[in-house]
Amino acid sequence: MARRLRIITGIAAVVLIAGAAAGLALAWRPSIAAIAPPRPDAFDPDIIKRGRDLAAIGSCNTCHTVPGGGNYAGGLPVPTPFGTVFSSNITPDAATGIGSWPEAAFVRAMRSGVSRDGRHLYPTFPYDHFTNVSDADDRALYAFLMTRQPVSATPPANQLTFPLNHRPLIAGWKLLYFHGGDVPSDAAKGAQWNRGAYLVEGLAHCGACHTPRNALGAERVNAQFAGGEVDNWHAYALNDTSHAPVRWTADALYAYLRHGWQADHGTARGPMAEVVDNLSSVPDSDVRAIALYMADISGTSPSNGKSPADAVAQSSTAQTDPAGAAIYAAACASCHESNRPLPYGGVNLALSTAVTSPDPRNLVNIVLAGVGGVAGERSPIMPGFAASIDDAQMVALLKYLRARFGKRPAWNDLDRTVRDARAAQAVSLAARDAPGESSQRGKP
Amino acid sequence: MITLKVNGRDQQVDADPDTPLLYVLRNDLELNAAKFGCGLGQCGSCTVIVDGKAVLSCVTPLLLVEGKQVTTLEGLGSVAAPAPIQRAFMEEQAAQCGYCIAGMMMRAQALLMRNPKPTDAQIRAELEPNLCRCGTHMRILRAVHRAARLMDSADAASDRSVR
Amino acid sequence: MNGPVILDRRSVLAGGGALIVSFSLRGAAAQEQKAQGPKLPGSLANSPYLDSWLRIDADGRITAFTGKAELGQGFRTAFQQIAAEQLDVAFDAVNVITADTRLTANEGYTSGSHSMQDSGTAILHAAAQARGLLVAEAARRFDLPAETLRTENAAVIALDGRRLGYGELVAADILHVQAQPTSPLKDPQTFKVMGRPLQRVDIPAKVTGGVAYVQDMRLPGMVHARVVRPPSYGAELVEFDAAAVENMPGVIRIVRDGNFLAVAAEKEFSAVKAMHALAAAAKWRESAKLPNQNDLPNVLTSLPSQDFAIFSRSGASVTGTKTIEATYTRPYQSHGSIGPSCAIAQFADGAMTVWTHTQGVYPDRQAIAEMLGMPPPSVHLIHVEGSGCYGHNGADDAAADAALIARALPGRPVRVQWMREQEHGWEPYGPAMVTKLSASLDAGGKIADWNFAVWSNTHSMRPGGAGSLLAAQHMAKPFAVPAPRPLPLPEGGGDRNAIPIYNFPNAHVMHHFIPAMPLRISAMRALGAYHNVFSIESFMDELAALAGADPVEFRLKHLEDRRGRDVVEKAAQEFGWNHGQKAPPNRGYGFAFARYKNLAAYCAIASEVEVDRETGRARLVRAVAAVDAGQVVNPDGITNQIEGAIVQSTSWTLYESVSFDDTRITSIDWQTYPILRFNAVPDSIKVHIINRPGQPFLGSGETGQGPAAASLANAIAHATGKRLRDLPLSRKRIKDAIGA
Ligand code: FES
Ligand code: FES
Repeated sequence: MARRLRIITGIAAVVLIAGAAAGLALAWRPSIAAIAPPRPDAFDPDIIKRGRDLAAIGSCNTCHTVPGGGNYAGGLPVPTPFGTVFSSNITPDAATGIGSWPEAAFVRAMRSGVSRDGRHLYPTFPYDHFTNVSDADDRALYAFLMTRQPVSATPPANQLTFPLNHRPLIAGWKLLYFHGGDVPSDAAKGAQWNRGAYLVEGLAHCGACHTPRNALGAERVNAQFAGGEVDNWHAYALNDTSHAPVRWTADALYAYLRHGWQADHGTARGPMAEVVDNLSSVPDSDVRAIALYMADISGTSPSNGKSPADAVAQSSTAQTDPAGAAIYAAACASCHESNRPLPYGGVNLALSTAVTSPDPRNLVNIVLAGVGGVAGERSPIMPGFAASIDDAQMVALLKYLRARFGKRPAWNDLDRTVRDARAAQAVSLAARDAPGESSQRGKP
Repeated sequence: MITLKVNGRDQQVDADPDTPLLYVLRNDLELNAAKFGCGLGQCGSCTVIVDGKAVLSCVTPLLLVEGKQVTTLEGLGSVAAPAPIQRAFMEEQAAQCGYCIAGMMMRAQALLMRNPKPTDAQIRAELEPNLCRCGTHMRILRAVHRAARLMDSADAASDRSVR
Repeated sequence: MNGPVILDRRSVLAGGGALIVSFSLRGAAAQEQKAQGPKLPGSLANSPYLDSWLRIDADGRITAFTGKAELGQGFRTAFQQIAAEQLDVAFDAVNVITADTRLTANEGYTSGSHSMQDSGTAILHAAAQARGLLVAEAARRFDLPAETLRTENAAVIALDGRRLGYGELVAADILHVQAQPTSPLKDPQTFKVMGRPLQRVDIPAKVTGGVAYVQDMRLPGMVHARVVRPPSYGAELVEFDAAAVENMPGVIRIVRDGNFLAVAAEKEFSAVKAMHALAAAAKWRESAKLPNQNDLPNVLTSLPSQDFAIFSRSGASVTGTKTIEATYTRPYQSHGSIGPSCAIAQFADGAMTVWTHTQGVYPDRQAIAEMLGMPPPSVHLIHVEGSGCYGHNGADDAAADAALIARALPGRPVRVQWMREQEHGWEPYGPAMVTKLSASLDAGGKIADWNFAVWSNTHSMRPGGAGSLLAAQHMAKPFAVPAPRPLPLPEGGGDRNAIPIYNFPNAHVMHHFIPAMPLRISAMRALGAYHNVFSIESFMDELAALAGADPVEFRLKHLEDRRGRDVVEKAAQEFGWNHGQKAPPNRGYGFAFARYKNLAAYCAIASEVEVDRETGRARLVRAVAAVDAGQVVNPDGITNQIEGAIVQSTSWTLYESVSFDDTRITSIDWQTYPILRFNAVPDSIKVHIINRPGQPFLGSGETGQGPAAASLANAIAHATGKRLRDLPLSRKRIKDAIGA
């Protein structure tokens, strides 16, 4: 891991320094004069409300709120291959937030990733997508954010390796990878599809997790939605390389995004659970639009054309690993074969993308950490097995699940995956136990 | 026959390997502390410690714990010689019906073994999986803090009245 | 045997030289004998013989008996304190025996915060009178005037130093006398044991893995049973394949009686597996038609009702200027005991013994005897603690299940453990309720008239007859569910605390009693008082706002009850309540007060909440309560109860509702019936007790439920500027109210 990082950093240095020369001309941006924070009643309530829904679609709170900290007050550490970036305070606090930002500065930040004072923002703030957001929507977001509770909080300084700690270099990165206007539009597909395209490619920034990134952390244009990663989770492929045992339809996607689960696919977990939680307050029409567009992108892949019944039926005859079979029967089957409907019964694992995916990490994460209930709300709970299952037992279980339910070639290097997943959990546990405990992103 | 290590002793158990540890502890080994609350891994009343970590015994089949060290509340101390966590719960009178308490204590014990000086927020976060219906939470929190102090100063004298 | 110490009749009677012959010798009739003449204190009124309450053995051992069931309230310790104090013996010298149909008085149910009032009072007076009798006996033996004798440490002592231990003084039957209306009670100033925060006697076992609950009992030869409940109310068992299950390893017997289906096995996990197999093999015809849970208030108010005007005061003619009205609603809510119900039964020699965590051993015995067609004396119910129940949960039903299965397996003790889904799906819920209020302010900002109407089912379907038991309802020859009845005032059921304690010149209170019960319901902690106090105290804040008055001052302006005013003032002062105070951003303060049932303990609670405007999530940050429960026996016991009430009520109020579809209950575990977890626990709860030495005990276990709810709701309204009137005050409802 450390070695890989060094290589990447090396490449980054070369490319960026080269790019920097060309980009220097672009690097400079003027500062926009500060204003006194506008009064909350200066904004139209309807526009604030629209901003609220847009902020939910953009999952702004997910990155800009630390669990237990002030809403939108930033400070969340976002690990990248180049170091840790901390999200900024976007509350209307004048000194530490964006209270002194006029609307034009906010729109510019969304549009081109530049701070009010003219500095370039790191692309962990996904302006490569937000550049596609309309002026009107930016203004609604601004109205929403400026009417939040101001919180005085300065996020910790970013911890980036040289030369990436040098902000003007971002201009070079932008030159290479930042280009607006990539929202497909197709009048023939209808308004809903086009709305979906606008949201998915823009504010919802689905590709930020679901598209693989290159060595410099930019989304690979020619592999859009081919599966990416976030916080030690694999974000599944959504294009025609999808490994979902059952093909996603617009209806299924809608249900999944609306309720957080869908009978033929299971329940949203990990970072995706936060996304669907955010979407829960968004109007139906937008959720439908997103689902319609995404389903269209996913196309038809040969592997995922099965009906749910076929997927389930095919699983039962597989050759099995006896140790794993015993663990599955004793520890998993009572819920996963209870016939209790989702989301409160365990999904039939023959329908689970976690088992068919080429990357076993999500399955490992879930078996180890389980799923905690959402405070005070009806929500699925799965106990974690980290403390009771050892590595050998875990590997046996994974092999068995893959063979019996996944019907795919065995996963490689499972011992290492399990060890890494445990290590990642240990890190977040250690962070929780630390004296002045900080909240890490990537909690299970 | 499966061999289990429970509270420091080897125990031969005649049970199917898929039997949840909870039933084995309660019935075969006649240990009362771990309680059946849901059998679904949702409430924590069955919490015991396996190799130093809190585990929900109701969803832990025997085959997963063979050869591992299992500790139940009985293994920590007794009325005559209570462990710090037990003294702390007595001194804080941290129980109403008490049904959830053994599980709370075991999860807290696992935390204190890992982190002897937890903050209040850390105790709350740790106890999250465990439910109490009587609303004894304030006392449970106080008792865990007290247990941490007691573990620090092993010789503090106990008192009979509360506070 | 590894079980709680269980005294059977033989061992009690074999006590040897006991001065008190247990009443059981005299037959059950003796204890039912009503006293003649003036009413006796507490439960002495129904069981007047002192030896129903106390026994002193020749060797000096002292036992106090209560017909009430310890449910985690800690009263066993309080009773021990009372008996020790009044007898002048050390706390440890007394042992307390709780509800047992062969040992203790019939005190009906352990409910309504009555234990201290009924049983505590009986023990108080019985012990004081017993001490008087012991002194009189010593006086006779010393040939000295009784006034010259004193008692200390279980002995009567003369001025010249001669002493006679209680054990020596006991002579046949000196306590088999009827209690007197008045007792030589000790001066509270001299108390050594009462009034002190002694540690509870049950806690050491509970924190060390001792045998503490019925779930922990293991009797020789015991088998494990599980019941397969129907999937919905009224479902009929059409067919099931017994053979496959019968041949499963360890399975002893499948018991079927109509729609009652159960399986017994040697080992517990075998029983669980067999239960699942049996459930999978059973086919049911479902017919239940449950109401639309999203339209409950309308469903309730449109059901036929019996209407009672329970309070009417017409004073000065109304010159109300401003009038407001509001409707408050409560969903069905679950007791949700952490430990699902459990019971053990053994049928031997024509007698049925049941160990149960029922709240009423006598009424439950009656019901089980009727179900089994046995004479009640042949059925013996012994209370053993279970998990906290907070009212009528599955305990009685589990006892009936065990008895029915045990009858099919004579000789063998049968342990029935309900599963989590069964507890949640089949327990009788706290009823849904609707209240409608309207009131007017006069020109001076005082309430000129007040109208309150409540719609509710009964709040008790506890066993009396077999028809209340699930097993009996499911048998091939089913027992009919008894007709529900409104519980009589002054305590009331759906109308508990419906009559305002405030002094309004015009007030009218209607109780719309709804006989039809779409869901299985019964008593849940505080009964109707939870919702009625929530409604009244929320509305008081709405009116205070209308009057532009501070909520605390506004209450005091309408409250004459001196002790009520004291708790209100105490809670406000300890909280630091200030007129016109402004809370920090996203925080709010709330206040509420009630006297439970208008005749038990007083409780005022001030709360501070924090509302996350983005998520709508509310959290109680801090609560300060003031309580007057009369004379205090164990202050820490009261504090524990009030702390618990506040936390539990917070959970009810913010999160909880039973859910169901057209046919089935769908809230069947902690995923689907979420309750408060540690992340939502307040930073602090402070309880201030106002002791009233020499005053009667006023039970406190349920007094906090309503005030905690209203105080929270008022604080949320203060924090958000929005009034929420539908329980639970969920994240979504708060968020919707806040808007963007
Ligand atoms: S009994 Fe194990 S978690 Fe509830
Ligand atoms: S003390 Fe009763 S459930 Fe916690």
